[in-house]
Amino acid sequence: MQLDAKVPSGPIEKKWDEHRFDLKLVNPANKRKYTVIVVGTGLAGGSAAASLAELGYEVENFCFQDSPRRAHSIAAQGGINAAKNYPNDGDSIWRLFYDTVKGGDFRAREANVHRLAQISVNIIDQCVAQGVPFAREYGGTLANRSFGGAQVSRTFYARGQTGQQLLLGAYQALERQIGLGQVRMHPRTEMLDLILVDGRARGIVTRDLVTGKVECHVADAVVLGTGGYGNTFFLSTNAKGSNCTAIWRAYKRGAAFANPCYTQIHPTCIPVSGDYQSKLTLMSESLRNDGRIWVPSKKEDTRPLDRIPDAERDYYLERRYPSFGNLVPRDVASRNAKAVCDEGRGVGPGGLGVYLDFADAIKRLGVGVVRERYGNLFDMYERITGEDPYRVPMRIYPAIHYTMGGLWVDYDLMSTIPGLYVIGEANFSDHGANRLGASALMQGLADGYFVLPYTIGNYLATTKFEKVDAGHAELRKVEGEVRERTKKLVESRGKRSADSIHRELGKLMWDKCGMARNAAGLGEALAKIPEIRERFHREVTVTGSGEEWNRELEKAGRLADHLELAELICTDALERNESCGGHFREEHQTPEGEALRNDQDFCHVSAWEYTGPGNKPVMHKEPLTFEHVHLTQRSYK
Amino acid sequence: MRITLHVWRQKNAKEAGSFVRYDVPDVSEHMSFLEMLDVVNEGLIAKGQDPIAFDHDCREGICGMCGFMINGAAHGPLRGTTVCQLHMRKFSDGDELWLEPWRAKAFPVLRDLAVDRSALDRIIAAGGFISVPTGSAPEANALPVPKEKAELSMDAAACIGCGACVAACPNASASLFTAAKVTHLGLLPQGQPERSRRAIAMVAAMNENGFGHCTNLAECEAACPKAISIETIARMNRDFFAASFSSRD
Repeated sequence: MQLDAKVPSGPIEKKWDEHRFDLKLVNPANKRKYTVIVVGTGLAGGSAAASLAELGYEVENFCFQDSPRRAHSIAAQGGINAAKNYPNDGDSIWRLFYDTVKGGDFRAREANVHRLAQISVNIIDQCVAQGVPFAREYGGTLANRSFGGAQVSRTFYARGQTGQQLLLGAYQALERQIGLGQVRMHPRTEMLDLILVDGRARGIVTRDLVTGKVECHVADAVVLGTGGYGNTFFLSTNAKGSNCTAIWRAYKRGAAFANPCYTQIHPTCIPVSGDYQSKLTLMSESLRNDGRIWVPSKKEDTRPLDRIPDAERDYYLERRYPSFGNLVPRDVASRNAKAVCDEGRGVGPGGLGVYLDFADAIKRLGVGVVRERYGNLFDMYERITGEDPYRVPMRIYPAIHYTMGGLWVDYDLMSTIPGLYVIGEANFSDHGANRLGASALMQGLADGYFVLPYTIGNYLATTKFEKVDAGHAELRKVEGEVRERTKKLVESRGKRSADSIHRELGKLMWDKCGMARNAAGLGEALAKIPEIRERFHREVTVTGSGEEWNRELEKAGRLADHLELAELICTDALERNESCGGHFREEHQTPEGEALRNDQDFCHVSAWEYTGPGNKPVMHKEPLTFEHVHLTQRSYK
Repeated sequence: MRITLHVWRQKNAKEAGSFVRYDVPDVSEHMSFLEMLDVVNEGLIAKGQDPIAFDHDCREGICGMCGFMINGAAHGPLRGTTVCQLHMRKFSDGDELWLEPWRAKAFPVLRDLAVDRSALDRIIAAGGFISVPTGSAPEANALPVPKEKAELSMDAAACIGCGACVAACPNASASLFTAAKVTHLGLLPQGQPERSRRAIAMVAAMNENGFGHCTNLAECEAACPKAISIETIARMNRDFFAASFSSRD
C-alpha cells in the first residue's frame, strides 16, 4: 500500500484555488450519466448528497434512521467556527488555521486544515441563505461568541441547537433534490459491505432494516459520511445507532484506517447513575464559563455539601492552571477530573464525578442572569438527575464524545481505495490528535458542500468505468458473504444479549484505553479483547429471524465490528509511544502532568492496512511536516 | 418501584396487534423511560422472546426518532419532554401504563411501538426549503434579519419532526409540523421569494399524504416536546389563503 496525500504544490494559501483549477470537470450534460452512492445523511453526507444532486449527478443516499433528518450531527449544541472576523477582533483565515493545527497538537495535515479555514466563510454564507436561524444582534447582523481553545469570537450559533439547525438546512436541501427525483433516498437501510470491481469502489451491499432484504447497489463512486466510532466504548455521547460498520467494512476491503487511537473525551457530561445506563448526556462546554469545578480536599469526604467549608474544597483547575482556570481545553479538564477521582476524592455514587458549582455565579450575577445563560441546560440536568442545579452543584464526569481518527484520505478526500471517498467524522483528516470545540460542524459541511463536489468530479472525469450489471460475479460474491454473516448471527442462540457483551467491551476500553493509557494496560486490553470477541461468537443470542425488523441482529452485527476495531484502537495506542492531544500515555508527561509529544519519532499519521483475518495489520506512515505553524509544546498555565 | 406495562405488540404492518402485559419489578427512579424498556427487553431476550420494538436514537431529546403514547399522552405525562428524556421518578410505585404507537392513517405501524413517519419527509420535499444551490449564496451579513424575527423563526425551527402533534390530534392533522416549517422560513427575508409557493405546496402535500385538517383543538401544542405554538398554524393559514387568492398558478 502506498500513501500519497497528493497535497498540491505551491504556497499554502493558493493550494486549494490552484488545485480546483487543475481538477478535470465533467461536462454538465454528462453528469447525469454518473451515479454516486452516499452513505449517511449527517452534515457531511447530507450536504454532499444534496450538492452532488444539484450538480446533476444521480445520487443514491442511505441512512439507518427513519429519516435523513435524524443523523447524529443533530445533537451538536455549541456552534460552528468560521473566520469571518465580524467582531473585528483580529480573526483571520490564518488564525483559524493556526489555532486548529495547534489545538490538534500538531498531528494534522497543514494543507487540509488551511483549506478548511478558507472554506469556513463560505459555509456561513450558504447556511444563512438556506434559512438557518443563527443568533442575531439587534441591528440584524450575525452574532458570535467565543469557544474553548480560541481567543477570538468566531463561533456562530443557533441557541444550544446549532447542529440541529445546520442539519435541517442540509436536510431541506436534500429533500428538495429528493422531491425533484435527483436523489433516491433509502432510509432504514444499513450498509453492510463495500463492493470493489477491478480495485475500484463500485457499490455497496445493504440490508433493509424493516423487511430484512439484502441487496446490492451499483455506482461509479461511493462516499462514506457515516460518522465516528465512539460507540466502541458502549457508553458515549453518540446516538445509540451510531456505529463503525461502514468504515470497518471498507477497512477490511482495503481502505487504510488512520490514527484510530485519537479519541476525544468531553469533560462535562452527566455521570453514570446505574448499570442500566444506556448512554451519556453531554452538557455544553459553555457551562465552564461561569461554573467552578471542585472536589473535597479530603478523601472520601461524606459530609453534606453545606458542611464542607470553602477552605476544604479543592478548586483544582483554578489551582493548577491559574491563567486558564476552568477553561482549559477538553483533554486537560478531563484528565484532571480522572486524577482527583482516582485519588478517591470523586463525588456522587461510585465516586466518579466532580462538582460544577454555580453558587458563586448566582451570587455574582443573580439567578435571572444564570437562568438566561444556561436555563435550558439546567432544565435538562434536572430532568435527568432529579437534582436542581440552582440549589446544589451539578455533578459531571468526562465521556467519550468524538473520534479524530478514521479512514485515511488524501487531499481530495479519497481513501486508499480508488473511488471510495470519506467525509466528516468518518475520515481522519483535519483535527489531528484533538478537535477544538465548534470545529466538527465546520469540517462536516466543508467536506460535503465545498470539497467533495469538486474532487469527485475529477475522479469521474478521468476514469474509464467498466459496465457493472446486476449479475456481475463480484456483486454476487460480496452479497453472498453478507448473507452468510447475517445467517450466522441470526442462528446465534447463546445466553447473552449483544448489549451485555458490548458493555463489557466498553468498560475494558474505558479503563485501559480511555482518558489515560499505559503500555501495561493496553497490553492487558489486547489480551482480553480477543477473549471477549470469542465469547461474543459463542454466547450472544439473536432473537427472531433475518427477514424482519430485528434490532438484536443489527446490534450483534455492529458489535462484531466494534470488537475488531477495539483491537486496532488499542494496537495503535500502544504503538504511538508518546502523548499528544486526546491520546495521553502516562509514561510520557511533563513534570506538570501535561501531554508530552515526541516529534522526533511520532510526527506522522499512522495508517493501518488490513492483512486478512487473524493477521496483524500493517502500519504505514504518512510523515507530517509543519512549515507554517511551528512545533511547540501547548501550554495553558 | 414496581410498574405494570401493557404494551402494544404487533409483528408487522400486515398482522393484527394486541396489548401484552409485563410486570416490571425493581424499577429505579433514575432510569429513563427507554432504559426501563431496555431492562424489560433484556429479560425478554434472556427468555428467547422478541424484544419490544421502539424507535430511538440520540436519547437526548433532539433527533426526534423516539415517541409513543403513554396512557394516551404522546411522549408521556411530562410537558415539553420527549419520551427518551422522561425519567421514572415521574411515576409512582404500582403505576399501570398503557404503551401504544402513534395512531394515524398517515403513520402505518411497522412493528410494536414503531411507525412509518416518511409522510413528514414528503411534506418537506414538497416545499419545506429555500432553493439555494450550494455556492450561490450571497455574503451572510448582506441581508440583515431583525433579532425578533430571528428568534420567532428559531422558535418554530426547533421542531424535531417526531410526529407527536399528529398522534395527539383527534384529526391526525400534521398542521403543527407543517406550520412550524412554513413559519420558520416565512419569517426570514431569505424565505420570501418562495413563500406563496411553499404554503400551497406543503398544505397540498399534507392533504395528499392522508393527514386530517386542523380544527383548532390545540392538542398538538400541548403534546409538542419543543412547545411549538399553534400561532404558527395561524401564520400558515394566512400564508395559504393569501397565496390561494393571489397566486396565478
